[in-house]
Amino acid sequence: MTTLEILTMLVWLAASVTFIIALKFLASPKTARTGNLLGAAGMALIVLWTFFTHDATDPTATPGMFGNWWIIVVGGVVGGAIGWFAAKRVAMTAMPQMVAIFNGAGGGAAALVAVVEFLRDTETNPGELLPLAFIVATLLGAIIGSVSLTGSIVAWGKLQGFVASRPVSYPGSQIVSGILVVALIALGVYVAAIEPSVPLFLLFVVLALVLGVQLTMPIGGADMPVVISLLNSYTGIAVAATGFVLSNYALLIAGTLVGASGAILTQLMCRAMNRSLFNVLFAGFGTGGGEMAAGAAGEEQLREISADDAAVLMAYGKRVVIVPGYGMAVAQAQGPVRELMDLLLSKGVDVQFAIHPVAGRMPGHMNVLLAEANVPYDRLKEMDEINDDFADTDVALVIGANDVVNPLAREEGSPISGMPILNVDQAQNVIVLKRGRGTGFAGIPNPLFSNERTKMLFGDAKPSVEQLVAGVKQA
Amino acid sequence: MELSAFELLSALFILVLAAFVGYEVVSKVPTMLHTPLMSGANAVHGVIVVGAMLVAATADTPIAIGLALLAVILGTINVVGGFTVTDRMLEMFKRRPGDRG
Repeated sequence: MTTLEILTMLVWLAASVTFIIALKFLASPKTARTGNLLGAAGMALIVLWTFFTHDATDPTATPGMFGNWWIIVVGGVVGGAIGWFAAKRVAMTAMPQMVAIFNGAGGGAAALVAVVEFLRDTETNPGELLPLAFIVATLLGAIIGSVSLTGSIVAWGKLQGFVASRPVSYPGSQIVSGILVVALIALGVYVAAIEPSVPLFLLFVVLALVLGVQLTMPIGGADMPVVISLLNSYTGIAVAATGFVLSNYALLIAGTLVGASGAILTQLMCRAMNRSLFNVLFAGFGTGGGEMAAGAAGEEQLREISADDAAVLMAYGKRVVIVPGYGMAVAQAQGPVRELMDLLLSKGVDVQFAIHPVAGRMPGHMNVLLAEANVPYDRLKEMDEINDDFADTDVALVIGANDVVNPLAREEGSPISGMPILNVDQAQNVIVLKRGRGTGFAGIPNPLFSNERTKMLFGDAKPSVEQLVAGVKQA
Repeated sequence: MELSAFELLSALFILVLAAFVGYEVVSKVPTMLHTPLMSGANAVHGVIVVGAMLVAATADTPIAIGLALLAVILGTINVVGGFTVTDRMLEMFKRRPGDRG
């Protein structure tokens, strides 16, 4: 080994350590930001090192980094500008979609690297079979990266509203997926063991892209966070496979690290919903129930309340618990919500927030939004912490949350059966702020709304909360 | 690209150990940090940009150059966007109760 090769491997080691520390530090709000910056520094180190030394570490490379340095400069500037602007401009509410797109970009890059590498190797050794471990890793990088790319795009579309967020399926959809998987295996075996054919390899990539769409479309929008986490894990595995192909240990370690941590994170998210990953991926959660809820039955029983009456109820209560959901996020109501909290506190009302683990569309989504609105995080209570206190609560104010407070989850036979919920129905009064009379993301009716203690305040969450603020001021 | 058996096995060792590290490191993260964690892990796999650079270095046909360029663009979006967006989220967690920004 030359000195430069040794140094290169030490740089890989240093970068890998920063990645591990970055994930480790993300476990606590105190160290999380430092960890992320450290990871970014490690990334900068390895990218710059590769750029300035690659030509020398790989003398067989033709025409070498200096011949193609413009690709990296142009690609880096274009990609860096897109990534930076997107990340700076995205609204906090659209964060899940943003993570999906960045993940798709990584998956796409991994698939492309596998394709370029395959093209190069078949060109240098025409007609020869590639070493088995090597071609297997290339195929893995191509298939997993492609699935991650198109799956992420579908997930993004579902959250952004460009693609129907309801599970989209057609008769025989799972058979088509099955055929795709069999075809992919057949093509993979052929390319690896019989003939390294470029057209067949490209067909393999195209089918993998289709598979990504095919697997994600039947999953409902409410489950997209789990899907994004899973696809994140996939991209990690694709990167690890690429690291193997390129004999780059930094890619191998970082990819495996993300693959494993993404898998456990996906598990944690499923557990918070009390569902198995299999159920999330294949059950078509929320397909039924839509018509059931759209029916007129029960709608007459909803009791409406004016904003002023609701404000009085809260202002003269001792304890108010606010339950935020995705409706608060889309309406950008977190600012007025904080104002409402401040006012109520100044009137001597105890105000707390009950955060369901999967409120919003990502775990922790509500925490991020409320933190953005300067709600002190000691007022945010997790479900287990606050669930026994609802009985002593004068007013539970539900802002755009639905499935996480649906008492049907306690009974058998509903798609959300067994999901732990917030015991909002035990509060003395429940005020529900809701945009319309439709069902929640999961498409299931919610008996909480027709409960006799519940009053509905229809309208977009932001003006509704602003009216509450005005009402509390006068009360 | 010919890997010796020793190199293959070394890679396997690294793979298995890194998988355990990833599992251990993440299994204790509180729910409220799941979103930033997902985003942070997302940024880490942006290291694929190094792979894109390596294949770009040897790209010699117009097709390979085009694909490598696209790979570098996508990889850079992943890295830069991933770390920036994670930082934006975490910045908001840093405020202590009472601080008003």
